[in-house]
Amino acid sequence: MGDTLLEIQNLHARAGDAQILNGIDLTIRPGEVHAIMGPNGSGKSTLAGVLSGRPGYTVTDGSVRFEEKNLLELEAEERAREGIFLAFQYPVEIPGVTNNYFLKASVNAIREHRGEESLDAIDFLSMAKEKMAIVEMPKDLMARSVNEGFSGGEKKRNEVLQMLLLEPKLAILDETDSGLDIDALRVVASGVNALRDENRSMLVITHYQRLLDYIVPDYVHVLAEGRIQRSGGKELAHELEAKGYGWLGLDEGASA
Amino acid sequence: MAQSTNSEVEALAGREYEHGFITDVEEERIPKGLSEDTVRLISAKKDEPEWLLEWRLKAYRRFLQMLAEDNEPTWANVDYPPIDYQDMYYYAAPKARDELDSLDEVDPEIRATYDKLGIPIAEQERLAGVKIAVDAVFDSVSVATTYKEELNKQGIIFGSFSDAVKEHPELVRKYLGSVVPYSDNFFTALNSAVFSDGSFAYIPKGVRCPMELSTYFRINANETGQFERTLIIAEDSSYVSYLEGCTAPMRDENQLHAAVVELVALDDAEIKYSTVQNWYPGDKDGKGGIYNFVTKRGACRGKRSKISWTQVETGSAITWKYPSCILQGDDSVGEFYSVALTNNKQQADTGTKMIHIGKNTTSTIISKGISAGRGQQSYRGLVRIGPKAHGARNYSQCDSLLLGDECGAHTFPYLEVKNANSTVEHEATTSKISEDQLFYCMQRGLSEEDAISMIVNGFCKEVLRELPMEFAVEAQNLLGVSLEGAVG
Repeated sequence: MGDTLLEIQNLHARAGDAQILNGIDLTIRPGEVHAIMGPNGSGKSTLAGVLSGRPGYTVTDGSVRFEEKNLLELEAEERAREGIFLAFQYPVEIPGVTNNYFLKASVNAIREHRGEESLDAIDFLSMAKEKMAIVEMPKDLMARSVNEGFSGGEKKRNEVLQMLLLEPKLAILDETDSGLDIDALRVVASGVNALRDENRSMLVITHYQRLLDYIVPDYVHVLAEGRIQRSGGKELAHELEAKGYGWLGLDEGASA
Repeated sequence: MAQSTNSEVEALAGREYEHGFITDVEEERIPKGLSEDTVRLISAKKDEPEWLLEWRLKAYRRFLQMLAEDNEPTWANVDYPPIDYQDMYYYAAPKARDELDSLDEVDPEIRATYDKLGIPIAEQERLAGVKIAVDAVFDSVSVATTYKEELNKQGIIFGSFSDAVKEHPELVRKYLGSVVPYSDNFFTALNSAVFSDGSFAYIPKGVRCPMELSTYFRINANETGQFERTLIIAEDSSYVSYLEGCTAPMRDENQLHAAVVELVALDDAEIKYSTVQNWYPGDKDGKGGIYNFVTKRGACRGKRSKISWTQVETGSAITWKYPSCILQGDDSVGEFYSVALTNNKQQADTGTKMIHIGKNTTSTIISKGISAGRGQQSYRGLVRIGPKAHGARNYSQCDSLLLGDECGAHTFPYLEVKNANSTVEHEATTSKISEDQLFYCMQRGLSEEDAISMIVNGFCKEVLRELPMEFAVEAQNLLGVSLEGAVG
């Protein structure tokens, strides 16, 4: 399958009527962790949305290949089954559906796609227990409705739990650090780090450098005005933190 | 996204009705149309006693009067062309065979029909250790009842209404029409005149019925109405759980189903009555389908008695149905749990009446309406607290979920409180299935169809959990199927 997992070329996209992405080029190889940083409105969440197949975005130019496939032709659920996971910035509540039921259905949908046998309730539960320990998830959250009444920290832990269960090839973390205190951040990061290996890749989207102290990236890209303005190693994040986005000739939080 | 949701909903709505086949069986019919002769013929076919024929004839005259006075109810939020009551058959039954000595003698075609519907006309355990007694009603007659003898050992009477008239006339005479008088409304007058069969259950004092009782109604013949009558009596301190299911072939014409159900619960008795209604709903343009005009009412006559209605209504072109409780006994309890789903051009006007008469009576109403396609539905409910109902309490919750933007949901709650020392609470919500919820599920690998089904089942959970376990699964699947192409 070659040594490129995701290849984005000259990607242009609109959110509704607004042109947001103006030519993104990015290549991710298996095992690499890339961080995308940028001011508000730079297009970070749009990039996550376009890659995961979220409705409401229109690709106007460019291409995205995932392994050998044209990613943009796949439906959202096909992308998920192929191994793209999005940890949501705002996880969604589903009243009346238990977290346990939802996660099991999800795991089995993906297992079925991979040609694996589906798990019964007992096998699923023992697998879930192991992963729940990693993100220090209280047991009762499995019996409650998906994300309903969960605290901000519990919702994010639930996202990482799903990621641990689904074992994606590419995990996209969309501002997973937002709204987390330092303890929750540490737990969430340890969950993410537990999944790091030479085959699994990650795209970590964040506004702040703080998260990258815990999930240390191989590459950092600065996104602004819908383009990658600068790429570097992890030290780029520290420079940004020290000097602000203005250092790159960009107005902090100003682009739209 | 709104567009993709709509097209998915439309696709789901297009799914085929699974039970639409026709059974080829020789049937005998009474000639088309309604007259005194029709009533007399039906009664004669069943060898009925004189008092019952008289009762039918009184009902018939009342119906004629209502017809002349144009008393067909028009207040419901449904729309259909006038029904020609002379242009249908009132009685159709598989050609009579001699009395059945055993279940093995049921006509193979009919047996095959029920097999195809997944309903056992045999005394077999449905799940390990779980028995369900089945009364199978095919067009105008009951064709088989299982576990009759086993139930009989505990004094429980379960079987067809016709048999009950023959074998237990005193019970039928005492209770028939005592909860729903023939003159109650237009359709009860019609039903009382021409009802042909249905189920009868009697649970003696202190007996807890050891298995679920169920009736499966099947309309097979064309241009035929089904008018069944069900009567359940629970003596002091008894308990019964009863379930009914309904299916019909796909036909281009509309067919009328006008049933009456009466329940009587005496001191400390409990009746749990569950319905999974899946009559043929018509095609996607609204052609064909059953008119389901049904009067169901339970009387909590005894102290601390309880009647609980649970319904999952996914079928029928038009549903007009308000299972109700009359809470006469002090401390009696009425419950109504409902899921109604309308897809394509289905219309439903359904809800309940809780009539509080006794002291400290309580009622709970949980209604979940799901509308997809161009479906229209209304919740209509009355809570009446009488002047002597000190300490009465009611809680009502009506939630509507819309899929797509061509459907509608309406709520008509009526409250009449005549006792200041009572509590009534009402909550209502209307929401659309959210694109964020759908995307969240799909990002986790679920298909859009499975995602919709899961979200809808979650929405209905409070009601589905009231169903007996074996049927809860069936109901969930049915919701999935009914929404395939929309939300089932």
